[in-house]
Amino acid sequence: MKDNSSHHAAEELLRKVALLEAENEALQRQVQALRQEQSQQAAVKSSAAPLHPLEKVARLTNSEIARYGRQLILPDFGIHAQLDLRNSSVLVVGAGGLGASCILYLGGAGVGRLGIVDHDTVDTSNLHRQVIHNEARQGMSKAHSAALSVRLLNPHCNTVVHDLVLDSSNAQPIIDSYDIVVDATDNVATRYLLNDACVLGGKPLVSGSALRLDGQLTIYNYRGGPCYRCLFPTPPPAETVTNCSDGGVLGVVPGIVGCLQALEAIKIATKMNTQDPPTMTLFSANSTTMFRTIKLRKRKAECIMCGDAPTITRLIDYVKFCGSSATDKTPDLFLIPLQERLTCEGYKKILETHTPHLLLDVREKVQFDICSLPSSLNIPLKDLELPESIEQVKKRLNAKDEPVYIVCRRGNDSQPAVRILQEQGITTGDIKDIVGGLNLWTDKIDPSFPKY
Amino acid sequence: MTMSESLAIELQFSGGMELLFDNKKTIHTKVPAHFRQGADSHAVTIRDLIGWMASHLLKERPELFIGPDGSVRSGILVLVNGADWELEGELEYELQDGDEIVFISTLHGG
Ligand SMILES: [Zn+2]
Repeated sequence: MKDNSSHHAAEELLRKVALLEAENEALQRQVQALRQEQSQQAAVKSSAAPLHPLEKVARLTNSEIARYGRQLILPDFGIHAQLDLRNSSVLVVGAGGLGASCILYLGGAGVGRLGIVDHDTVDTSNLHRQVIHNEARQGMSKAHSAALSVRLLNPHCNTVVHDLVLDSSNAQPIIDSYDIVVDATDNVATRYLLNDACVLGGKPLVSGSALRLDGQLTIYNYRGGPCYRCLFPTPPPAETVTNCSDGGVLGVVPGIVGCLQALEAIKIATKMNTQDPPTMTLFSANSTTMFRTIKLRKRKAECIMCGDAPTITRLIDYVKFCGSSATDKTPDLFLIPLQERLTCEGYKKILETHTPHLLLDVREKVQFDICSLPSSLNIPLKDLELPESIEQVKKRLNAKDEPVYIVCRRGNDSQPAVRILQEQGITTGDIKDIVGGLNLWTDKIDPSFPKY
Repeated sequence: MTMSESLAIELQFSGGMELLFDNKKTIHTKVPAHFRQGADSHAVTIRDLIGWMASHLLKERPELFIGPDGSVRSGILVLVNGADWELEGELEYELQDGDEIVFISTLHGG
């Protein structure tokens, strides 16, 4: 018996040693990778336009031939297409969910020069989809991080970092210095800016977008096809535009669209499929037909940008034109004067003094399920005006004129909710919302409360 | 042809458009074959269909679907049997029995 148990203990120890050895090895590799990153980082330089033109070559080096061999032996690609790719430059605007896969595949495939535009920094909430960045690069510029990943993947690719916000003052010279532009951005204003700059500069624009489980892909301003304005002459109303941070996005979805964008850029650079009519490809992860390609109109003769008599001849103010900012960050709303609202500290005091009240959480149920404050009632804002919702609030108040406090994720949706309940006259007590919502609650009051 | 005749139309929604229609990606429906305008009646067009959908199928917030001019609001692309509606005459296209009309909201996220 005794022999047997000591034998087990020894086995257990040996297993632990093996685990620790494996962990040690993994950490050593990580250190080595970080050292390599550091040495490469010095080589990644930011560049201001205009760039010196990409130096064209007549043949590939032996190390390039060895690297791209699997593409070189493709009958439909071959050495000529590879040379075309080597002699072309692509600008990817956005190193986020779309840019992540697009930039890596373009860099790996052998594009001669790859420009990357982004002014954001890496955050852990990006990493589920922006797999070109990593945990160690939190806070680093996304444009730098993406260029670094390309250099680690393929040192033959000449990467250029444009760590800036693209706007009408700087876009044209940057776009003019590339052959192909990829729109991997996340907001309407930049999409119109890129369209107009590409029409003015005569560059094909490979445009992709993704949200929730859906993606879209179109090439604009290419071989007689439409520009973005031919399809969408006026920007959508701001309230119909949803960003990934509010609507959610499954990480792999922009990854798929980004891959398609890389593919289309490669096809343009190597003159594949030059006979295809203009199309839009729709991707829908939970449809029985995941991909659908539809035939699009040609360039519109009356388009104010790319038509026969364009009225826009230089870049305009796109933030003003679209009525929305050039980022995908959700702005803070101020519908209700601050003095009529409750701060996080104010609500903390109410909890500490056990003041009777009703806490109403107006987030969508899917968000409420992630985390919520104790004894809060969940009615999503879009349902709040329904008679049964008002009934539910009244029932919880039980004819007592207690105050109602309303909370949401950021303190935006809670403001119209205050107005709705005030109009319904459900209590003579206060109806207030909490400034900054649960996000600020985590920052200011309870760091252990989850933030998403 | 009688005025009560109707056409079988398949409506599809994509890019978040489905959120306005009870989260349904596909709706098979019957649309009146003719619409009245004053004393006259005409064969149903996409313009009629959009107005009909707004009053019969839309649960809330019609401004997220229909624009002030009776067309779809900006940012929505319409397909007629798999092709951009611009190729088919846009608002004036006359619906045929069995047509498939797709409404796509453009996405901007990345
Ligand atoms: Zn155009």
